[in-house]
Parts: sequence; C-alpha cells; structure tokens
Amino acid sequence: MADLSVNFAGIRAPNPFWLASAPPTNSGRQVHRAFEHGWGGAVWKTIGAPVLNISNRYGGLSLGGQRLVAINNVELISDRPLEVNLREIAEVKRMWPDRALIVSAMVDADPRAWREIVMQIEDTGADGIELNYGCPQGMSERGMGAAVGQVPEMCQLNTHWVTSVTRLPVIVKLTPNVTHITDPAHAALAGGAHALSLINTINSVMKVDLDTLLVTPSIGGQATHGGYAGPAVKPIALHMLSELMCDPTVRKSGVPICGMGGIQTWRDAAEFLLLGASALQVCTAAMHYGYRIIEDFVDGLSNWMDDKGFATLADVTGRSLPQMSSFGGLDLGYQAVARIDPDKCIQCDLCYVACNDTAHQCIDLYSPEGVKVNPGFDIHDGGKQVAQGRSTPVVREPDCVGCALCANVCPVDGCIEMVSVPSGRPSVTWNQLTATRPAVTQEWGAMEAYRAEAGIEIH
Amino acid sequence: MERSSPAVSEPEVYRFQEALPPLTAHEATVEANRCLYCYDAPCLQACPTHIDIPSFIRKISTGNLRGSGRVILEANFLGATCARVCPVQELCEGACVLGKDHQPIQIGRLQRYATDHIFDRGVQVFTPSPPTGRSVAVVGSGPAGISVSAELAKLGHRVTLFERRELGGGLSTYGIIGLREPVEVSLREVEAVQALGVEVRTGVELTDREGLDVLLSQYDAVFLGLGLGAVPALGIPGEEAVLDGLEVIEASKVEPWRLKVGPLALGQRVVVIGAGNTAIDAATVGRRHGAEVEMVYRRTENEMTAYRHEYEFALHEGVRFTFLTQPVGLKVEGGQVTGLRCVRMSLGVADASGRPRPEPVPGSEFVIGCDTVIAAIGQEKPALAVALGLSLENGYIRVDDGLQTSEPRVYAGGDCIRVRGSASTVMAVQDGKLAAASIHAALSASAVAAD
Repeated sequence: MADLSVNFAGIRAPNPFWLASAPPTNSGRQVHRAFEHGWGGAVWKTIGAPVLNISNRYGGLSLGGQRLVAINNVELISDRPLEVNLREIAEVKRMWPDRALIVSAMVDADPRAWREIVMQIEDTGADGIELNYGCPQGMSERGMGAAVGQVPEMCQLNTHWVTSVTRLPVIVKLTPNVTHITDPAHAALAGGAHALSLINTINSVMKVDLDTLLVTPSIGGQATHGGYAGPAVKPIALHMLSELMCDPTVRKSGVPICGMGGIQTWRDAAEFLLLGASALQVCTAAMHYGYRIIEDFVDGLSNWMDDKGFATLADVTGRSLPQMSSFGGLDLGYQAVARIDPDKCIQCDLCYVACNDTAHQCIDLYSPEGVKVNPGFDIHDGGKQVAQGRSTPVVREPDCVGCALCANVCPVDGCIEMVSVPSGRPSVTWNQLTATRPAVTQEWGAMEAYRAEAGIEIH
Repeated sequence: MERSSPAVSEPEVYRFQEALPPLTAHEATVEANRCLYCYDAPCLQACPTHIDIPSFIRKISTGNLRGSGRVILEANFLGATCARVCPVQELCEGACVLGKDHQPIQIGRLQRYATDHIFDRGVQVFTPSPPTGRSVAVVGSGPAGISVSAELAKLGHRVTLFERRELGGGLSTYGIIGLREPVEVSLREVEAVQALGVEVRTGVELTDREGLDVLLSQYDAVFLGLGLGAVPALGIPGEEAVLDGLEVIEASKVEPWRLKVGPLALGQRVVVIGAGNTAIDAATVGRRHGAEVEMVYRRTENEMTAYRHEYEFALHEGVRFTFLTQPVGLKVEGGQVTGLRCVRMSLGVADASGRPRPEPVPGSEFVIGCDTVIAAIGQEKPALAVALGLSLENGYIRVDDGLQTSEPRVYAGGDCIRVRGSASTVMAVQDGKLAAASIHAALSASAVAAD
C-alpha cells in the first residue's frame, strides 16, 4: 500500500489531505471530529482581529441539477474570541500529535500585531502558521487579507515581520485575485516564506434571483461580492499552481506548495499532486458532504498510486509538470484528428452540430447504406423504426483541424478520440520560427509563403 | 330500464386515477437535465406529429414551462392526451439514444408535465388569425377532428365541429380508460379548441349523403373524422349476453355506476375475448372493479396485437391469459351467464396477414366458468363511409396525400382512413395537421381565384 505521509516544510502528517482554513475548522470540537474521521491535518480558521459576521453568508451555484458546483461566501475570519481559539488549538494538538495543525492568521499590517499573534500561536504547540493574504471580502476593506496579497510590497513586508520572529514554518496563502500569481509569490519568498498555498477564493457575485430580483445572497436587501470556491474553480487553481511550479524563482527556492481550490475527490487531489502540490487543502467538498469524504480521498488515492506503482507522494508530486509549456513552445507540426467509433456512437449528432455550426464543418452524416445525407426528416414518417435508419456522423479527416470540440461534446466515453496523424509539416515551434524566420511572424505575405512551403492548408 | 346512480365511493374513484403520478418539479428538472439535446433528434423523427422534443425538454430544464408547453402544442394540439396515451415505447422513447445502454428519457411524462402546466393555469397559447371569411365543417370531435379544427382556427377559418355524442373528445373522452387519461384532460382540449373560436355542436350526427350535401352547401370544406364502427359480432350462440368492450370502457369513464347495476353490470368472474389494446383496457376495468379476469385469445402471445408493454401492464394488473382458445358459445342459465364454451386451437400455416392460422383441435371443447363475457375483438370499418358515397379502399375512406377524399372539398382523417398501419391518437392528430394544411391551401387558392 502506498505511503501517503507527508513532510511539508517540516510539517508532518499521515496523509496530504488537510482541511482548509474555513468554517470546517472553526472550533476544537470540529477539528477533533475531523481527525477522528482521518483527515491528515487542518488549517485552523483564521484568527486575528475582532470581527462581526453577518447573515446570510453563502451563495450556491447549481448547474444542470447538480447542487453546489460552486459556493461563494461573505464570511469573515473567526468571530470567536482569540483566547478560546488558542486554547482549543493547544488542546487539539495535544490530543493529535501526529496530525498537521496549522494556524491561519490575519492581523493589521503592523509588525507588533504580527509579533504578538505569532507568539501566541507558537505557545499552542501548532505545527505551522499560514498567513491569510487571500480573503477577498470584508477583511480586505480593512487593509488585511487580499489587500496584502494583492500588493507585492505589502506581502513581502508582512511575511518578513512574521518569519523574522517565529521558529515555525510559515506558509503564505495567495489570493487568485491578481493578474500575475508569480508577483505575490516572489514577494512571499523574498519575505522568507517557507511554503506557499493557493488558491484562496475568487471575487464573485453569485447570482440574481429571478423571482425577487435580489442579488444572492441577500443580506437584508443588500449584497456584496464574495469569495468563489468549489469544483468550478479547480481549473483556475491548477493553472496557478502549475504557473508557480514552472516559475524559475519559485523552483529555485524549493519551497513546497500546498494546493487547493475545488478538490472534490481523490482524483482532483491527484491532479494537484501531479502538477506539483505536495500537500492539499479541502473545504467546499467537506462543507457539502461532511468530514466523511476523507475515507475515499485516502482510499482512492492510495489505490490509484498502487495501480500506477507510485510508492510515495514524492513519486507523484510534479510528475506531469514537464509537459507544461507556453504556446510558443508547442510543436506547430503536430496534427491530431477526431475519429468517431461507429460502434460506440449513439447518434445524438451533437458532434455534427457543434462541428458544422461552430467549428470547421468537417463532420458528415452517412446513412446505414453508406450514402452521405443531410439532417432532416420526412413529415410522413414516424415510429420506432426511424432510429434504425438513423445516420452516423463521420469525420472528413483531411479537413479536420483537430480542434477537439466534437470529442468534448460527445456524451459517450471513448467514442470520439483525438488521434495523432502524420501532418507532413515540419516540426517547429513558434519561438523557433520567430527566431529563425522573423518575417513569417510579422508579414502576412511571408506567412502565406511559409504555409505554401510547409504544406499548411487553412480550411 | 330505470337507472339509478349510486354514489361512487372514494376508493373506487381512486382506482381509476391515472396509473402514473405526475412528475414533481424536481423529478421533471432532473429528468430534463438527463436529455442530451440531440441534434436532428431521433425522438422528434419518431413522433408522428414531429414535436420538437429536445426543445421542449430543454425548456423544462431551464424553467421555461410556458415555452415548453407551447413547443408541444404547436406541433400537436392534443399534446396533453398524447402524453398519456401514446405508445411512447414504440415512438419517441423507443428512439431515444439513451435507450441504447440505459434508460431512455421519460418523454411522455415530461410532455404531460409541460402541458399540465399550460392547462392547470389556463394559459392561452394560441390566438386565431384574422378571419378569412371561409368556413369548414368538421364531423367528429375525436383527436383528428380536434386537431384539424385547431389548426384551421389558428389560420383564421371559421370552424364548426359536430359531435354526435353528449361530450366532445371522441375516443379520448370515451375510449381511453381513466387509468391512462382522465376524462377532464380530453374535455380541456375540447375547451381549448373552443377558446380558439371553434363552435362545438354536440348531439348532431351525420348519417347519410344528404347530410353531407347540406354541409357542403353551407361550408367551404368538410372534414370527416368518423372513427370506426362497433365491435363486430362474434357469431356464436348466446351472443346477446356478451358486453361490448368499448361500452364498458366508456361507462368506466363517464358513468362508472353503470358497471354496478343494469345491463353493463360486471360480475365477479369476467372473461374478455380478444388480445388487443382495447381488450386489455376492458380487462383492466374488470380488475379494478374487483373481478377475476381472464383473457382468451385464439392465437398465442406472439401474435397478439396489444403492445408488449400493454401485455405486461395487464399481467401486472393481475389479468390471466388463456391463449389458443376460441369461444364457441355462451352458457346461460336462467338469463344469467354461467360460462363460456371454448375449443382449444393449434397454429397452422400462415394466413393472409402473415400470422399462423389458428385451427380448432377436434374434441377439445371446454367451459370457462364466468358470469360476465366482454368482447373486444377490434372495430368494424366505418359503415357511414359507404353511405356517404365516397370512394373506399378496403372499407375505409380513400384519401390522397393531402387527405382529400374522392369528393372535392371533402377531407378525412383518423381511424376512418387507417387502411394500413396501426391506428393511434397521435396519427389522427397528424392527419388533422396534414388535412388542415391542404384545406388551407385549397381555400387560399380559391380565395385568390374569387378575387
């Protein structure tokens, strides 16, 4: 059985699944119960400045009948007294010495305020500190949270205040509400961060109620933006994670990254690991289904690792990163075409309409007799037998640019595959082309000449 | 004979409510979201009226129920009836691509959900066009008659719909058991056609050529939706004591007390002769009245004309089947039926219909003890068709592709023209649409000529 234990910047845990700093880690009772269920660690809900929460706090997004594809919140940091939190943190850590217990903190941008809370956190026996530079709502208006994370200088300075006074590992949690995630990451590293975590929530307005016309969630008839999280944000989180992992400064620093953002199952978790995360945080999935989901997280990841022959998390972490490139580094000579398996095709014709309306018009319909036909029907026909005479979509491969839209809309697993075919074109990247034949990239005439030479036909 | 009408008790009414409950809003949304929204969809193609099924289902999934109902009713004015009575397994649901490896979308129930929304709220989906000054007489208010009337009224023609019975709706009102379609549903469709300005005259019957000539003198065109005739005679001794399956079904819908007292009263041991969909309906009525019910059919289950799902429905209702059995006479003692005399049959070579011909097994006569015998062995060809002097085809009214009969200005549709293929409500609705299109074309052309 695979070894799921982690040593993340010196923070040890039996598995990489940690509850993120959020409502699921609001109290000692909760974290205790989570650990009983098997969570490898928890980041205590952010402690710090006094706050007042409001009601209500969550907006949910449903898609196609699936509830809570995403959630947004206008909840603030912990509204429980600091002393209560600190006492409970100490109690939980004493009871669960093998689990990772990290304390998220957020105070005014003042070295004394940071020093004071860091000392209090160290006294609890916690394993690490996470600096919450992410919260996009409520706290940022007070100069905390995202207000720090969005300004690299502030991020560096605040981080430095903490790292200069503590012996604990310091994780800087980044906000995704920036143009370049590398900027605050560099600042955190310059401030001495021992690790990074991302993503915090994304600015969002969830929805407007079409009956009441109220923006949701409606707080006494008024609304504000909230932090967006849940399955829907995973691709954004994976992008930011991979961007950091491919960044030379971050790589050189060697700091580990704790990934989060829409991890709903062990499969999502494995993706974060493959793109470079060495520990993971989960929130929305736990808020949706409760702590019990940890069982399949651990079991599923472990079984998958066994199947793949991965003995430890280190074998998995970053394994897919070498594939990450920029557009300029991709092979322009590569060609894939869509191929439809007629035996799997259920003849819904979604590929046909997608290709013909919005892609490259290279799918045709063929009758069972092998005759090319058009969509449509005879008004005099009707009955079950029409399904037998239904046409099948076929890709006209020479005209297929390999956009893969059809494969994406096809509802049947494995029915449409993107198959590599010899393109007859030279293998070259845009970067190489720019370097060797700059005219091609700057003048349409030269480009057309190059296309003719390389045998590139635009359909 | 004097009729009393004892109050129908609660449980009895309950037994005749629709077999399938309506979908809840949540069920409908989940089911609608399963739909792939196929392009050039096979369900749409399989529907004889070509309802744009993917569109109406998508509108349910987006919460646009009024739009959904409109999509259905535009293609099929009797969408509420068809949602209940269509053999969806043979049509739209049978063609659903999801049926290949799992469950097809429950199109019929979704259609019912959307059309119920329209009718329950009294939404007016259509408005008639400005009057064209042309008029059409429609004879028979069954599905074909309602359909053609609605389409013509939408186009601005003045339509008068004649119905010989007390209530409009024809087959939908009188011939579909309440488990499938409550009478209110078909009556609402009659009201909907009235709301379009169609005048419905009940208690008026066309009986001869003279009557047709009168209509032709008063209207620009005539549509005949006559349906079929009575259940044919069995030609066996004691036949006068056999109940007509159609009458039993009719009574179960509009006057259920008649199944308790009087000539249509059902006993405790009922035998139904026949194995078509109507026979199964009659048998179901018997079961719901608490009787033991046995169906006798001279061929086997492989040849029975009822749909497979209807057969299974009957088995589920507790109806017993006795195949390869031919009734040869009734046993009647003291005016009371006591049994049905039958002979065993065996299957011989194929007959003209391609089905094996049943032949009596010599010396195999036996008696099935019973107190009620119901016959549902099909319906006779429309006798009126002959009286009207129109050309016939195999006993049915002959029509061309535009559903015009041999007589100019006279059109026909529904069961009375169903020479081949299985008859169904949805095909009658399509006939109404096709006839309305050709009547409209003819009236428009003649209007131009008159100018």
